[in-house]
Amino acid sequence: MKFSENWLRELVEIRADRAALAHALTMAGLEVEELTPLGDGLAGVVVAEIVGAEKHPQADRLQVCKVNAGQGEPLQIVCGAPNARVGIKVPLAKIGAELPGGISIKAAKLRGVESSGMLCSAKELGIDTDASGLLELPADAPVGQPLADYLGLPDASIELKLTPNRPDCLGLFGLAHDVAALFGSTVKLPVQATVPVTGPSRRGIRLEAGKDAPRYLGRIVEGIDPAARTPLWLAERLRRAGLRPISAVVDVTNYVMLELGQPLHAFDNDTLEGDIVVRHARVGELLKLLDGSEAKLDEGFVLIADEHKALAVAGVMGGYDSRVTDVTRNVFLESAHFAPAAIMGRARKLGLHTDASHRFERGVDPELPSRALERATELLLAIAGGHAGPVLVAESPADLPLPVPVALRRTRLKRVLGVDVADAEVGRIFTALGMRVEETADGWRITAPSSRFDIEREEDLIEEVARIFGYDNIPTATPAGALTLAIEPEARIGELALREQLAARDYYEAVNLSFVAADLLASWGFTERLVHLANPLSADLAVMRPSLLPGLIEALRHNRARQQERVRLFELARVFGAGDPPVETPSLAIVACGSALAEQWGEPSRELDFHDLKGDLDTLVAWGGEPQRWSVHADGLPGWLHPGRGARVARDGVTVGYLGALHPQLARALDLGADVHVLELALEPLLVRRLPQARAVPRFPAVRRDIAVDLPESVSWSQIEQTVRRTLGEGLKELRLFDRYSGKGVEAGRKSLAMGLILQDASRTLTDDDADRCVREAIAALEQSCKAKLRG
Amino acid sequence: MDDLDSRAAQALADIEKADTLEALEALRVGLLGKSGIVTAALKTLGALAPDERKARGAEVNKVKDRLADALAARKRVLEQAELDRRLASERLDISLPGRDGGRGGIHPITRALERIASIFARLGYQRADGPEIEDDWHNFEALNFPPHHPARAMHDTFYIADEGSGGRRLLRTHTSPVQIRAMAGRQPPIRIIAPGKVYRSDSDQTHSPMFHQVEGLLVDETSSFADLKGTLAEFVRAFFERDFEMRFRPSYFPFTEPSAEVDIRWETEDGQSRWLEVLGCGMVHPNVLKNCGIDPERYTGFAFGLGVERFAMLRYGVSDLRAFFENDLRFLKQFA
Repeated sequence: MKFSENWLRELVEIRADRAALAHALTMAGLEVEELTPLGDGLAGVVVAEIVGAEKHPQADRLQVCKVNAGQGEPLQIVCGAPNARVGIKVPLAKIGAELPGGISIKAAKLRGVESSGMLCSAKELGIDTDASGLLELPADAPVGQPLADYLGLPDASIELKLTPNRPDCLGLFGLAHDVAALFGSTVKLPVQATVPVTGPSRRGIRLEAGKDAPRYLGRIVEGIDPAARTPLWLAERLRRAGLRPISAVVDVTNYVMLELGQPLHAFDNDTLEGDIVVRHARVGELLKLLDGSEAKLDEGFVLIADEHKALAVAGVMGGYDSRVTDVTRNVFLESAHFAPAAIMGRARKLGLHTDASHRFERGVDPELPSRALERATELLLAIAGGHAGPVLVAESPADLPLPVPVALRRTRLKRVLGVDVADAEVGRIFTALGMRVEETADGWRITAPSSRFDIEREEDLIEEVARIFGYDNIPTATPAGALTLAIEPEARIGELALREQLAARDYYEAVNLSFVAADLLASWGFTERLVHLANPLSADLAVMRPSLLPGLIEALRHNRARQQERVRLFELARVFGAGDPPVETPSLAIVACGSALAEQWGEPSRELDFHDLKGDLDTLVAWGGEPQRWSVHADGLPGWLHPGRGARVARDGVTVGYLGALHPQLARALDLGADVHVLELALEPLLVRRLPQARAVPRFPAVRRDIAVDLPESVSWSQIEQTVRRTLGEGLKELRLFDRYSGKGVEAGRKSLAMGLILQDASRTLTDDDADRCVREAIAALEQSCKAKLRG
Repeated sequence: MDDLDSRAAQALADIEKADTLEALEALRVGLLGKSGIVTAALKTLGALAPDERKARGAEVNKVKDRLADALAARKRVLEQAELDRRLASERLDISLPGRDGGRGGIHPITRALERIASIFARLGYQRADGPEIEDDWHNFEALNFPPHHPARAMHDTFYIADEGSGGRRLLRTHTSPVQIRAMAGRQPPIRIIAPGKVYRSDSDQTHSPMFHQVEGLLVDETSSFADLKGTLAEFVRAFFERDFEMRFRPSYFPFTEPSAEVDIRWETEDGQSRWLEVLGCGMVHPNVLKNCGIDPERYTGFAFGLGVERFAMLRYGVSDLRAFFENDLRFLKQFA
């Protein structure tokens, strides 16, 4: 809602300057979003008339004008505006004037011709954005009058960011009431006009939409002058409210909407046939709208029709064929009440948002139509002449909203706000807001004016008290209510702790958008069970990610393209899968490329490999205290992993994620230019932690024996480990692999592994013989099931 | 006897001259070892008469002690010298960088979000969560947004293409649905904090289609608007570690009434200051309590919501919202 400050001040006494007014509005919940001062610095600018204009002898685009500024001889002024011509009235900045843009007007010579002043555009005067030419003033503008006086300046355009519960402030009328309550003053509204009926024409109105359209007023005004021009004062008010003056009829309806808050519509009466019928649209009914678009309607829309055709979508927009044109002499004015529920969402459904729909879907005072119709007629007759016919009224009183009194309890008021508001103050607030106040035993019974659609329950009244009393006047307190102690399970790792652990392992946390492009997912092979958005911002943001990796790899690529060779990122977020309801799985993903360690002097440089990420996995898993429940498998890998350098991760045998090198083909398709290793796991299993249960520390020393065996490459470490563990059972405390070698000295296709066996018995100190026996058994088992040979 | 004395004198001189621990050890063996001169002298004692043996024994032991002391003293000198030599040779360039295990970091949004959550945790607020793909009931209806209500238009909503059994699903536009989930099937006192991702179909310099909110909710038998003001004032002070001029401005949210927006007076770099909106809040609407099976006559509550990005931007001086989602290491490293 945008309006002229001066206009508001005309309707209500405001004992405060502009800044204080803006502050008061904001603090009453009518937030001032923008405040634009208009017409400051117009001293020395007057209304003038161009009485002569000749081409400049030296310049094609300039004219030498003779200008009557109301005093003495006409002034000679050089002007470049395309619309400068004899006979028009325009603003003249006289010598000495200082314009808002910082231009000071001095006597000058332009291409050799003297010029004593400047003719101005609206933009140069800081009153509008129009810089296309001189601001043309009405022909009756008094020459010589200071322009500020003539235009009612200085003024300000104030734009309010109104919340949906306050449609009553979408007209100055309602706004003035709120302002009066804030400043403890009274409104000075114009007396309701009643225009004498001088025309005979009538038209029947039939209401057939029940409570969706319970009141419809119309009036025929015949014989208006289609060429009549909107007077300056009215045009200026529209302009300062952000509306362009268009024609007398349209301007009048817009003006009344701004003044009273009641949207009106004008039809060309000559296009109407028979009665006006207010009814629901039929499914598939079509109507060409004012903006030229074709609306396809259904029974959810209320339609204004005549006996043969649809005319307008009620509360949204008029039809093209029945519109008022620049030859319309006879108009049918509509001033109606439509129920908010009948208009809500309808404009949106048609891809529209209009001043009328904005108001009707929030709620327009059902008592306004008559007043608004009279006001519009009064203005229209004054501007364009004509004869007003009788006011035609159709209404269905049973379907009109009734004012319902709402009770407010004194104790509830105090309890919700946490402050005592004096009874007298409560009474004053409601009265000032135009509400009817009755005292009851425990508080008040309040009846809101018909303009307030937001007063239905006690809390609505409490809010009104708080708003006018002032939120600033409510004290601050500390909640004293009962507190239940939240129990944090110890057998659970916090997500923050996990993040810190990853940061300590040299990873940076990334946050990517949850949506990705379908074709990016396709290149990874993610094509099934995807959750698509119905209305994505773009194709790049169309699918809820089924994995964190595609987005994280994009972030890695972003960094590699910015001179970062070594990139290590992780992300904790949800991934999505189709389902009913859709499945959301919190996940952890890691991506890394470049050297294993940050470049440094103290350690040899080495490219990151599979086992670096495996180490990260091992650490995360170890943290939970139950590594034995976890396993990795070489089978069942997704297509985006390198088939020989990838692993499926399982917990208790259930797959929970994957790690490994990205498939070289995918890396090439994504243009990564480096080996990239990734890890993605469901988060939940990582957060489960064993609650420690202490056991006695072993009383007898452990013995270590190292062995080196030579076995085929194809035998995996986990086979070896299992073999040794199975063979030695409880006595083997730990099996430590400390060397792995293949190459010179080892037969091709075989490898040499060196491992330490840590042996310990709970009941006695192991002897050398015990240890030797264990080694023999282990070697024998390895020879038998792993084709191992003991190395010398 | 003179022989032992003279040999001892010679030995003491040799000890003084010994310049390595090995040489000194050789001397010790030659003097005090099994076949050393002192041992040899002691062995001769047996052949002597008892009184002579006693006197002679005392002399030999004196020589032995003298030699042992001299050896020990020399050993200390040599050890010290060796240590000095070693220390002199073991000088490092301590200015070389330490072996780098690297240092990652958590994202500034996480950092701000955790700071917010931990402040409320100290006030007894438990963490709660809900799905990011929501249904209309939790995101709108239960929060007192009727279908087609203009207040819905303030939430530019993303919808899911496939309709499920619960009707059209959407990406939650705020963390407020967690209020409904937290209250359903539970009775007050309730204090929860719900941080998480939310989505609005809006993207420009100051809007990201995904961002983070923290929702807070308190319901009990005594809470009031004054408590809400006090709680949020304390929170803002705790988060920024400074006092602010603060104002509560009437506003409108369908799920709270009275509702407020909270502004803080923020000083900009040029020394100016302006009001900056940082929070939305209000008293929980009775309809919402009723929708969750809580008696609004017996209980009152307040709720608040804040944008984590806004707090992170203010706290860490980030001027461009988009930087949070670009994941540029040069940006992320500033928060390590």
